[in-house]
Amino acid sequence: MKILVAVKRVIDYNVQIRVKEDGSGVVTDNVKMSTNPPDDNAIEEAVKIKEAGKAKEIVAITIGEEKAQETVRKALAVGADRGIHVKVDNVIEPLAVSKILKKIVEKENPDLVFMGKQAIDDDCNQTGQMLAALLNWPQATFASKIEVKDNALEVTREIDEGLETIEVNVPAIVTCDLRLNEPRYASLPNIMKAKKKPIEQLNASDLGVDINPRIEQIKVEEPPKRKAGIKVASVEELVQKLKNEAKVI
Amino acid sequence: MSVLLIAEHNNKEVRPFTYNAITAASQINEDLHVLVLGHQADDVAKSLSEVPNVKKVIHVDNEIYENYIAENYTAAIIKHAESYSHIVSSANTFGKNLMPRIAALLDTSQVSDIIKVISEDTFLRPIYAGNAFATVKSNDKKKCVTIRPTSFDPADKSGGSAEITKSDPAEASSSTKFLKKEEVKSDRPELGTARIVISGGRGMQNGENFKLISDIADKLNAAIGASRAAVDAGYITNDHQVGQTGKVVVPDLYIAVGISGAIQHLAGMKESKVIVAINKDGEAPIFSVADYGLEADLFEALPQFLSELNKLNTIQK
Repeated sequence: MKILVAVKRVIDYNVQIRVKEDGSGVVTDNVKMSTNPPDDNAIEEAVKIKEAGKAKEIVAITIGEEKAQETVRKALAVGADRGIHVKVDNVIEPLAVSKILKKIVEKENPDLVFMGKQAIDDDCNQTGQMLAALLNWPQATFASKIEVKDNALEVTREIDEGLETIEVNVPAIVTCDLRLNEPRYASLPNIMKAKKKPIEQLNASDLGVDINPRIEQIKVEEPPKRKAGIKVASVEELVQKLKNEAKVI
Repeated sequence: MSVLLIAEHNNKEVRPFTYNAITAASQINEDLHVLVLGHQADDVAKSLSEVPNVKKVIHVDNEIYENYIAENYTAAIIKHAESYSHIVSSANTFGKNLMPRIAALLDTSQVSDIIKVISEDTFLRPIYAGNAFATVKSNDKKKCVTIRPTSFDPADKSGGSAEITKSDPAEASSSTKFLKKEEVKSDRPELGTARIVISGGRGMQNGENFKLISDIADKLNAAIGASRAAVDAGYITNDHQVGQTGKVVVPDLYIAVGISGAIQHLAGMKESKVIVAINKDGEAPIFSVADYGLEADLFEALPQFLSELNKLNTIQK
């Protein structure tokens, strides 16, 4: 089997983001960037499947500006075999991303495509499902457990009510949840080795897909701030405040 | 043109967030139709026809809709999409799984997780775990929108009498099979809609200690939440997780116990009306969003809290 894993470069999850004063977006200059966290789970799962002898090749792909390559390089350092970087200059919408990914899938013919369930920057949670639709492949979203069977996957999904298990035939798209696995760290020798692994560069404009935005971002603003609260000295005071001041119990 | 809302239900009852989505959908356009895809879900169609905001219910009954198989749902929805300007659903795991599949087939860029309807094409939505709000305008002819249920009040459930029309099923997918659902049954209120939520974090130290939380939840008729750290550590199941990648809750009272307050957790609870934080680390970020902070060892504070609650004559339900 061949697995394509899509990774996205986002502002690091630990960074407290700042909104630009002109309302055009958030500050990204000199801000720590890293791989979108559930995309790390997607790579890890692909590597585990390969280690179990059930996959032959893992291809990591990212779509973004020049520096987005770092995320592919990181994927190569934890076990992907080669990389693809599709260059775009501006932020593009999940629909455009899935159209680009569809082109790559048609070229690479993977059996599985993995990615994180949601990117922590735009919080859209769309790309995997959209790609599945465009390819007319089955989708298994929010995966917390994947079992590889003959030409099928048994996937446990995290849903609001608890867990759901479905079986999807291969080829399929899986979007990964954070509890799927524990992503490994790259060892120094593997980071060095990853530098020699090939990354193919493509331009989105050469793929013949319409990536123009359909959604206009009119403004980005800070959410309303909460009023500063108080510290209470004791449990008794807390209960009195909740009863008599906030009137919530 | 009209709005088509995809109902979430369990074939017997309407799932509560559908009512919140109805409120938002009817703010987009008053001519709101609801599509019920289910198996022997006549009661669901009937309940929805009684919602005053609903103008029409389309009911498709077939065993292929007994469970939420996105592939099967999508095929049926696409059949009806032509007559509508907007397709909407709640932005919970139901709508998140389903809507992008519809949007891609309609060649529409989806607007996810809106918290406010500004006009038919312009919406407010949180980005970066709710640390920024974006006002976005969709220029697609047909719009696919998911709605953050906790940002809208539930619609009135009775007084209406919309027409119910039956429609034929679409083709079923042969490549996806439902195997099982492990639903966590509880007598407590649902986390997403509870008036009071009490959540535990890594500070709980283990799953057994969540008894301290559940005793208080029983007393307050509260739902139980958890931080991602507590779920990852196996103290409690995933359906309790509150945060950016879990559930978003907006109760009247949110009590965070032993939760430090990572950005990702705050994303799921900081719109709560009143927030209480109990943590022994006075510098924990959770205190920055708390209305009432108590710097204390939770293992001492929680039993005391329960005994103080027991002293009260009445507790609002």
